[in-house]
Amino acid sequence: MDKLMIKKQAIAGTVESSDVQIIIDQNPNKGIEIELNSSVAKQFGRRIREVIEETLENLEIHDAKLVVEDKGALDCTIKARTIAVVHRAAETTKAIDWEAIEEWNV
Amino acid sequence: MERLRRTMMFVPASNAGMLRDAYIYGADSIMFDLEDSISLKEKDTSRFLVYQAVKTIDYGKTETVVRINGLDAGGRDDIEALVRAGIDVIRLPKTETAQDILDVESVIEAVEKKAGREIGSTKMMAAIESAEGVLNAVEIAKASERLIGIALGAEDYVTNMHTKRSPEGQELFFARSMILHAARNAGIAALDTVYSDVNNEEGLRHEVEVIKQLGFDGKSVINPRQIPIVNSVFAPNESEIENALNVIRAIEEAEEKGSGVIALNGKMIDKPIVERAERVLNLAEAAGLIKRGAQE
Amino acid sequence: MAENKIGRQIPESVVNKRYGTFSGASIKEDTYQRASAEVAPVSPGSNKLLSSVREAIEKTGLKDGMTISFHHHFREGDAVINLVMEEIAKMGIKNLSIAPSSIANVHEPLIDHIKNGVVTHITSSGLRDNLGAAISRGLMNEPVIIRSHGGRARAIEAGDIHIDVAFIGAPSSDDYGNVNGSHGKATCGSLGYAQVDAKYADKVVVITDNLVPYPNTPISIPQTQVDYVVEIDSIGNPDGIAKGATRVTKNPKDLLIAQNANKVITHSPYFKNGFSFQTGTGGAALAVARFLRQDMLKKNIKASFALGGITQQMVEMLNEGLVEKIIDVQSFDKGSARSIKENEQHYEISADFYASAGTKGPAVNKLDIVILSALEIDTNFNVNVLTGSDGVIRGASGGHCDTAAASKMSIIVTPLIRGRIPSVVDKVNTVVTPGESVDVVVTEVGICINPLRKDLMDIFKNIPVPQFTIEELKEKAYAVVGTPDPIEYEDKVVAVVEYRDGSIIDVVQKVKE
Repeated sequence: MDKLMIKKQAIAGTVESSDVQIIIDQNPNKGIEIELNSSVAKQFGRRIREVIEETLENLEIHDAKLVVEDKGALDCTIKARTIAVVHRAAETTKAIDWEAIEEWNV
Repeated sequence: MERLRRTMMFVPASNAGMLRDAYIYGADSIMFDLEDSISLKEKDTSRFLVYQAVKTIDYGKTETVVRINGLDAGGRDDIEALVRAGIDVIRLPKTETAQDILDVESVIEAVEKKAGREIGSTKMMAAIESAEGVLNAVEIAKASERLIGIALGAEDYVTNMHTKRSPEGQELFFARSMILHAARNAGIAALDTVYSDVNNEEGLRHEVEVIKQLGFDGKSVINPRQIPIVNSVFAPNESEIENALNVIRAIEEAEEKGSGVIALNGKMIDKPIVERAERVLNLAEAAGLIKRGAQE
Repeated sequence: MAENKIGRQIPESVVNKRYGTFSGASIKEDTYQRASAEVAPVSPGSNKLLSSVREAIEKTGLKDGMTISFHHHFREGDAVINLVMEEIAKMGIKNLSIAPSSIANVHEPLIDHIKNGVVTHITSSGLRDNLGAAISRGLMNEPVIIRSHGGRARAIEAGDIHIDVAFIGAPSSDDYGNVNGSHGKATCGSLGYAQVDAKYADKVVVITDNLVPYPNTPISIPQTQVDYVVEIDSIGNPDGIAKGATRVTKNPKDLLIAQNANKVITHSPYFKNGFSFQTGTGGAALAVARFLRQDMLKKNIKASFALGGITQQMVEMLNEGLVEKIIDVQSFDKGSARSIKENEQHYEISADFYASAGTKGPAVNKLDIVILSALEIDTNFNVNVLTGSDGVIRGASGGHCDTAAASKMSIIVTPLIRGRIPSVVDKVNTVVTPGESVDVVVTEVGICINPLRKDLMDIFKNIPVPQFTIEELKEKAYAVVGTPDPIEYEDKVVAVVEYRDGSIIDVVQKVKE
């Protein structure tokens, strides 16, 4: 897969119930920083961070700053929004490399 | 058993909550829409969302369908994502010719090969939404082995025909008849268009009665509240069920006796009667009116 | 720590000496002496009508450490609690116990009265939004005592709660204290909860914005129980006190749950002429009546009575002749408030009549079917209607455990999940109703029958709704949303939950921030 790079700030998702909105930006050499607001933080905050971090790892994003507004999204929604926001921030012009996504996404 | 397609519920692919809940309302099929209900700038995020949902969420016995964009408007990406995710059916909107079906089929087949899926495992549906499509319905319905049904999309069709929809629906009579004939001729399902006034339960019931009488297999719905209404119209009544059970019993008795000729109340039971009885019992079971045990 | 019958840990410090911890839902039939009010007789010629709330408070002799009560028939429209508490605070009275029948969002100013030491003890059916959250964060030194509607009435009858002064907001009253809730500028219909307070409080102050000539009839609270009457401009916002017709939900998930619940009811042996029922007022619970009505019409079945919190829907069934009588402890909307005024078959009852386990038989004992909501239900069928999934108090006990225990069939209606929150869980945060009194759980995906009800398991074998065990329902929920992390609590107890007999069924602890 062509390497995805965070080139600009991007946003994906909504603040509707059961959705999550993610804003991503560059964070050169400072790793992954997640600011999480969630309506279910006590029950699922740990899991939400885990899903985002795993997804970024799979997309080979090692430095990024994220602001996450969660309204009770399921893991699959969080994953989808994370993949989408990374592709937006990377300004991918080529077709999406679905095969690469399939490799880790089970 | 032949799959029932009484109700196909539209779900905008951008709505995370509806993607999660879609299967609970008893629709026979769920159609995730990437086309008209999704704005241009959210096609990318919605595609990821429905891809991830179909991969992850257990939709049980419900048939999953995705309405893709035209091949020149993101449809190729839609197909790649959803075939990989394991969608049951790809629905092509605004089908005009048999070639449209072949074009989509070749994209599907390419993805199936790449992704290592069984060739032909992804089924197709064609939505017909124009005069040209209606006139080509016969060829469209026979264009691919993958096709499981054709559907009428009336909103665009009536605009194309310089008219608008009415409660009586005369404006759709020809299109509905064409689509039905094309479907029956090809041996696939015929599905009717949506009824958009969700608060008019009587209007919906009336329209479903009309299209059921014409011979349609089912109807598209846009709100979960429409599902029980459509399903109840398609549910057979007590005497229909009783008749069907008698037919099946007569066959079983004849089989036990080893008799070749099967009769019920002095009348011969031939193949169409058996088929109709099976269909009635399938519908009755789906409506929760009967429970069939070991015989299935 | 003491572990009660359902395995909840109850700190010794909160265990009620008289009733102990929860040991089972059945009624302990020990006789007891009913409490009674202290009475100051009123002689001919003396006047009960006072010029201000302040004067009334002074005349009652209200002092530090006393207990005062209010009723919650005005719900979010209530002005009386805030007005009286403000006056009391101004007078410098401290360390009060307040015993309202419930508390609404509109009573948020109580937070300041707690901070300033005016209020130090609370007993209530429940706590809402900001007050509930503040108390869950440890606002009070003494835990709030949560009592069901029947449990509160019983506690008053038994003398566990001794009300020194009852302040009763009245939609109409005469100058001698004859009160009803169905006439006036802001009507609430039934005054069932206030009736208990009036009977057992030492001093009773009626506060009205609709003073009418003597004698005011019909009489819900009689002059023989009332010490003082005060006229004020407004007892509250009429539209908050009684909403317009309670709307039936259009939420498809709630409708699906309601349809499933209706199938349970109509396939049960209780669904026959002369049956009785009660529905909660939550989305799905309220919608059940809509489907039940259709089946009653179809099968020509009439109910002998509908009980409880009453809405317009019940009233329509009464007017259609589908329900013979309504017995009403609380009227939820304008339609039901109007009906109690105009229809003789719509009868007002007091909270003890409704649900107290300390009477010679409450109305709930005659109830066939009750449909109740839940915030959470666990694999032991224990139900939580008090704390959210985050452990914070935001609900109310209401008549939940009273009706569940006393009815012949209790049905809990709940979505399997709400957003990402599972409603069927391993262990509820707080138990209000014990699992042994829950008979059927109804969700959008199917139903579950409590295995304790072998009879119902047999009867419902062939009904056209998918059936699961409670563990299966939980697994289905967790499969969709994932397994939630348990809420972490500190040791501090912020609320004690009494069962209807006064025993302690659970406690709510302070949530760890």
